[in-house]
Amino acid sequence: MEHITLLLAIVIVTALVFDFTNGFHDTANAMATTISTGAMKPKAAVAMSAVLNLVGAFLSVEVAKTISSGLVREDGIQPEVIFAALVGAILWNLLTWLVGLPSSSSHALMGGLIGATIASIGVSGVNGGVVVTKVLIPAVAAPLVAGIAAFLAARLTYKLGKNVGEQSSAKGYKAGQIASAGLVSLAHGTNDAQKTMGIITLALVAGGALAPGSNPPVWVIVSAGLAIALGTYLGGWRIIRTMGKGLTDLQPQQGFAAQTSAAAVILASSNLGFSLSTTHSCSGAVMGSGLGRKGGVVRWSTATRMFVAWGLTLPAAGLVAAGAEFVARQGGWGIAAVAVFLVASCLAIWVISRRQVVDHNNVNEADAPAAAASADAGVPADTEPAGVVTTAIAAVTPPPTGVSGTATATATATAEAGEDAEPSIPAQAGAAADSTRPAGATV
Amino acid sequence: MIDIDWAALGSVFGVSLVATVALVGLFTLGIVGLSKQEAATTQGGSAPLARTGAYACFALCAAAVAYGIFLIVS
Repeated sequence: MEHITLLLAIVIVTALVFDFTNGFHDTANAMATTISTGAMKPKAAVAMSAVLNLVGAFLSVEVAKTISSGLVREDGIQPEVIFAALVGAILWNLLTWLVGLPSSSSHALMGGLIGATIASIGVSGVNGGVVVTKVLIPAVAAPLVAGIAAFLAARLTYKLGKNVGEQSSAKGYKAGQIASAGLVSLAHGTNDAQKTMGIITLALVAGGALAPGSNPPVWVIVSAGLAIALGTYLGGWRIIRTMGKGLTDLQPQQGFAAQTSAAAVILASSNLGFSLSTTHSCSGAVMGSGLGRKGGVVRWSTATRMFVAWGLTLPAAGLVAAGAEFVARQGGWGIAAVAVFLVASCLAIWVISRRQVVDHNNVNEADAPAAAASADAGVPADTEPAGVVTTAIAAVTPPPTGVSGTATATATATAEAGEDAEPSIPAQAGAAADSTRPAGATV
Repeated sequence: MIDIDWAALGSVFGVSLVATVALVGLFTLGIVGLSKQEAATTQGGSAPLARTGAYACFALCAAAVAYGIFLIVS
């Protein structure tokens, strides 16, 4: 390993950090419905998902030969370009986590690679056609395919199972959800940990530490698997909350339909040659199953923010990566500057996130940041208009919501509306004051 | 050149739709069967047909999960 230069070491560490953010960003895909319907306790759910991700990482027999699936020209790609791409992808992952929006980690990485490549060798390095076929079309198709399947499945299970006893139903759907969530976790470990292995291997080859065409060394496989599992176990609780509670209200039947649809779409797409993003499929499945219950609603304000985030993923990660590549190209100090910038940004995002902690204790409560955001954007609610405060609450507060969420939403909306009223519950005052801040940063 | 593989997308859509609906349907039938058996047990009887049917449904679902794992591994 004496051939590993400092730059290469930085790239490898950054790749593992990306792998880690990928893990906690995508926990929601497998576990959000399982957690929100109460099929598993939050901690147990993320632990199971982490273990399956780790197992999945070791299951992959095929090495990722390409990290961008032909999106950019990878022959002769420089380690700085990979580094810059990773910086863009990590920051986008963290930012979307901060505002609690599910978005595709793969798209963030693709965006980063496109931006860094353009900054490095120009537009000619990017294969425009592939951007459409591998990114844009799948981004539209995935939620539609998964959503329609989940919608029909939810309809069917409500119809068939309307006379089922309480006990069998609770037990049955719980087991079903856990099984399909497990499949999603396993598939995630195989696909996404492999992606990181591909990146590190590519960087090692580019840096001359590994012969071209060789398989990833064992330490690469182990560290990539561990990083993604650790990230998964940490749990992206903000995203889990949005997916499990924010988009719609899920009953066990719907959770089961959504998770099964997501698993089916992921497996079908990766085996039939039309790759669809896990995150997009899962979000679509959740919304589809939300509509599949009589009287079920999708909170379109939250869904719209999510769609906007999807649209911004590629350009945002790309811009950051292009900037990073531009600075990193300047030589040693440039790379150091980008590394410092990355660490500082990560710390800043983490510090901001501590102002309003979302963890396994409050993951199933109402979506307070969403409240602030829709009050901010003045998104109309489904209910009849009745003043900005009431509307904001109605838009984001599901019927079975916890008290604290409502109080926060009230206080936030009140603050947003510029009224002088004090928050009715003092304990929520701090949270309310804070939740106005993410609203400003919300896409 | 923009070359979208509509056939692949269509087959992904079809397979996902059929697999999801079939599996969820099967699983729900299994739960219905178990529920019938449960109701019969509380009345002191037993519903062998419902129970066997339920187990058959769950076995098919388990087979589907096994096939899914096979697809992931292979």
